[in-house]
Amino acid sequence: MEAALKALRKAPPTALFGMAIILFYVFLAVFAPIISPYGETEIVGEQFEDWSPDYLLGTDNLGRDMATRLIYGARNTIGIAFITTCLAFMIGVTMGFLASTLGGWVDQLTSRVVDILMAIPSLIFALLLLTIFGTSMPSLIIIIAVLDSTRVYRLSRAVSQGIVVMDYVEVSKLRGEGLWYIMKNEILPNAMAPLVAEFGLRFCFVFLFISALSFLGLGIQPPTADWGSMVRANADLITYGILTPLIPAASIALLTVGVNFVVDWFLHKTSGLRE
Amino acid sequence: MSQILTMVAQRLALGLLTLIAVSLIIFLAVELLPGDLAEAILGQAALPETVAAFRRELRLDLPPHERYIEWLGAMMQGDMGRSLANNREISELIGVRFGNTLFLAAYAAIIAVPLALFLGILAALYRNSLYDRAINVVTLSSISSPEFFVAYILIAWLANTLGWFPSISNVHEGTGLLERLYRTALPAMTMTLVVVAHMMRMTRASIINLLASPYIEMANLKGLSRMRVIVHHALPNAWAPIINVIVLNLAFLIVGVVVVEVVFVYPGLGQLLIDSVSKRDVPVVQASCLIFAVTYILLNLTADVLAILTNPRLMHPK
Amino acid sequence: MSTNHTAPEEREILVEMRGLRIEGQSEDQWNEIVHGVDVTLRRGEVLGLIGESGAGKSTIGLASMAFARPGCRISGGTVMFDGMDLTAMPESEKRKLRGTRIAYVAQSAAASFNPAHRLIDQYSEMPVQHGVLDRATSESDAVDLFRRLKLPDPETIGFRYPHQVSGGQLQRAMTAMAMSCKPDLIIFDEPTTALDVTTQIEVLAAIRDVVEQFDTAAMYITHDLAVVAQMADRIMVLRHGNLVEEGNARAMLANPREEYTRQLLSVRSFQKATAGDATQAPLLKVEGVTASYGSGPKVLDDVSIEIGHARTVAVVGESGSGKSTLARVITGLLPLSDGSVSYKGEVLPPRLKDRERGQLRTMQMIYQMPDTALNPKQRIREIIGRPLSFYLDMTGSKREERTRELLSLIELEPDDYIDRLPGELSGGQKQRICIARALAAEPELIICDEVTSALDQLVAEEVLKLLQRLQDDLRVSYMFITHDLATVRAIADDVVVMLQGKVVESGPKDEVMTPPHHDYTELLLSSVPEMDPDWLTRVLEARQANA
Repeated sequence: MEAALKALRKAPPTALFGMAIILFYVFLAVFAPIISPYGETEIVGEQFEDWSPDYLLGTDNLGRDMATRLIYGARNTIGIAFITTCLAFMIGVTMGFLASTLGGWVDQLTSRVVDILMAIPSLIFALLLLTIFGTSMPSLIIIIAVLDSTRVYRLSRAVSQGIVVMDYVEVSKLRGEGLWYIMKNEILPNAMAPLVAEFGLRFCFVFLFISALSFLGLGIQPPTADWGSMVRANADLITYGILTPLIPAASIALLTVGVNFVVDWFLHKTSGLRE
Repeated sequence: MSQILTMVAQRLALGLLTLIAVSLIIFLAVELLPGDLAEAILGQAALPETVAAFRRELRLDLPPHERYIEWLGAMMQGDMGRSLANNREISELIGVRFGNTLFLAAYAAIIAVPLALFLGILAALYRNSLYDRAINVVTLSSISSPEFFVAYILIAWLANTLGWFPSISNVHEGTGLLERLYRTALPAMTMTLVVVAHMMRMTRASIINLLASPYIEMANLKGLSRMRVIVHHALPNAWAPIINVIVLNLAFLIVGVVVVEVVFVYPGLGQLLIDSVSKRDVPVVQASCLIFAVTYILLNLTADVLAILTNPRLMHPK
Repeated sequence: MSTNHTAPEEREILVEMRGLRIEGQSEDQWNEIVHGVDVTLRRGEVLGLIGESGAGKSTIGLASMAFARPGCRISGGTVMFDGMDLTAMPESEKRKLRGTRIAYVAQSAAASFNPAHRLIDQYSEMPVQHGVLDRATSESDAVDLFRRLKLPDPETIGFRYPHQVSGGQLQRAMTAMAMSCKPDLIIFDEPTTALDVTTQIEVLAAIRDVVEQFDTAAMYITHDLAVVAQMADRIMVLRHGNLVEEGNARAMLANPREEYTRQLLSVRSFQKATAGDATQAPLLKVEGVTASYGSGPKVLDDVSIEIGHARTVAVVGESGSGKSTLARVITGLLPLSDGSVSYKGEVLPPRLKDRERGQLRTMQMIYQMPDTALNPKQRIREIIGRPLSFYLDMTGSKREERTRELLSLIELEPDDYIDRLPGELSGGQKQRICIARALAAEPELIICDEVTSALDQLVAEEVLKLLQRLQDDLRVSYMFITHDLATVRAIADDVVVMLQGKVVESGPKDEVMTPPHHDYTELLLSSVPEMDPDWLTRVLEARQANA
């Protein structure tokens, strides 16, 4: 704890800025119903009303309060991206560790399957699968998690391969330890730093990916508030010189920038310690 | 020399195998549809006779492996079947649009690749300088932004406020090259901005990695000029990582245009794919996916083969 | 070549460093690693810089070219070369000196040659780029130098790429490259450390010859006092970035003034008294074992060895001899394809996963690199405690008590160490923890795979003494895998010499180590450097007489 505080004090301004952004977003997401002035799907006024004390950021194409939609959007978009990333990590890390520890045909098989899945660009693959399974929330989460887990697999396999060849893992094998003990006690603690950094990066990727799908109308479906679809639905305003639709887009960018800044610092710090 | 030929041949064979596997996945994905395609398209209310007739038309009465071979054979001859939405020949729909997509990707690549390599090498050479740190923040922000954000900012600024470029890139077959370049300037710029950031960071990382090699230290201790160290000692060993970076980003450009095409209403393959997905026009989705996937795989294959061919250890075996 | 007969101490000063201070960066902080060292080197003189890791010897060597590695900087003092102040010189001027007047030979030639260019291109690069010689002259010089350095096919070897040439040959090619501009000074940075002893002696002889012939001044950096004894006119002993002692090589070796130098000199004098009973039935018996990796060639070919109760068997060989593979076969990590391994008369299953927990417990292993043999995320309590609960079902206070006992046994204070992570220990302490972990299983046989070769010599000796004391107390047997004959002399009862997967000679130490030897044993034994400054000359003469 003390070490963490000390590290925090030495963190560069970009990292502190990133952390502040993340905390702010988490706060919005958790307390969305309390903070927001109206209900998520409540129609409160005319279409495209201007900014005013009643509607801080005006209203959208259906007359719903933009500020409210923005706050709920934080909750929905971040929540779904987070769940998807967690799922991708559960699949990817387990398979990656198993492949590297067991080696042999298990490794061959999983790696070839992943090679083939990764040979198809993920946006295209996702579109194909969404055509077939439809754009419901669960299928969205599962499809993206499975596709993204291939990247997690590659990384955790590579990291864990570097650990498996260490003599201390051989010591465990010679002692007669089981597979589970080796994965949990020898590999995981030593793979933690790169995995945490990768979690940040994968979260950003998934978050942008879902936003892009929503923007294309194939992600999170209305009336659920979501930043990607908010941009698309109100894009016409931009042609009239009104920049409100850029706010949800900027919100997406801001969060990803924040996470990236923190990961960048974390990577720099952990790789610096290794030297 | 034979060793290197074997490796290239192996890589090509693997590429072919991947292509077959991928075509199989794209074909089989449709089999996973609840019910079958005919029911899915015609809906629950359709008469059984209509469904049966439709099935015959789609050849759904044949066993899957026969259909796959037939489908693949037809695809390779350029016959992609007909669209369910408007019954037009898919090859006709796709042909021009794929050309447009490639044009846009090439347009962006011609600007992005040299720019990214230049900026990346510069950042690696002046590591931890003010320039390096500033560019780190800029590129991080750039890769953090959704493509549509960048696109709309450019529209708001360069199209609406300044009025320099059109915000809608409508081109057709008769559009001349200059006109085409002008109308697609904004989408090309958007893609350049996104890709340069990625590519520059990757270039920087590979060059830094390379500069830490003992043989680079040796070159410095031999008292060679900075230029000589970079051009003669670092560069010949940097081809593999640099080619990798370029190809990866070319692939990203071709595939990543989807969102940009939608924003600028550009008549490319991505736009068609998105339309077809919302209409659940399965044959068109399949054909577009296959084309994207094949392009992607071929690019990666090129990268791998070039990496083998530029590896001095492999070029001059023991 | 005209040899200059003036005595070294009367010749012109070439390099003079005064109050040299160098700082290294770790975690955004600059720490001083060289604390004000003076170095003087005269023309034609060979200066040996010797010290253990962290002594700052390489850093000082590079400083004489006014070069600091990334993360290091020269923070104080002056570096004068031939009357010029290098510390005040602009970078472009320094570049002109590097290669032409001061050249560098790196520890790993394999990594320091650029894989993309032929040797001859890399050789001629310095003279041509610096405008000293034209390409043709430089290439014919190269052939001459390659010949002097006794490289095979001197006319054509230059047209090969680095990866097409062996390690020992590359090291000589790099020496030739350093000579290409006939510099005034060459820095040799541990040029033979990565080589096998039989290759090392050839490279040492080649380097010494050309340095003498061209009357080049040299700084020879090494951790091995016996090597520097052969090469240097004068020796500087360094420790923790400070000078310990400096003087004429022969005088210092004959009569060291400082305690630390004395320790370094006496490092190879430890010798055990033979222990154990050779007549008892052996504990471990390896009979006619053949093994290979996958479908590759045989790595072990019909190998038989025996290890007696409470005895130490040293398995000696150079890289590629199969000595470590033998350990992998015995432990079951690599299943044998023919032959058998039996323990107390009972044949062990060839595969690790078919062996019972009791069988695993009796045989433990200690590794070369204590850094990689300890999980950096586990505390000492867990590292030593795990085998206690795994094999002996110890838990709670019983396990804690035994862990502390084991720490005391390896001479580490339990209260200070039990809560530490491996990263908070020195190399020698880590190796002690590895020993404690092996002992926790209460084994009868410990396989030691090069356990001292990653440690500094003084630390290594302490570890050897500890292992010996433990054998005397606990009656445990050791299989000692090593390439270092000094370690064999120190600790072995029996010796097995291996070459290319086969046992060349084996038997009690006194038998194997005293003549007459098998040819290979003779070559191996005679290639180990000795402290005697005339050793290299003597051995080379003897070999020439025999040839």
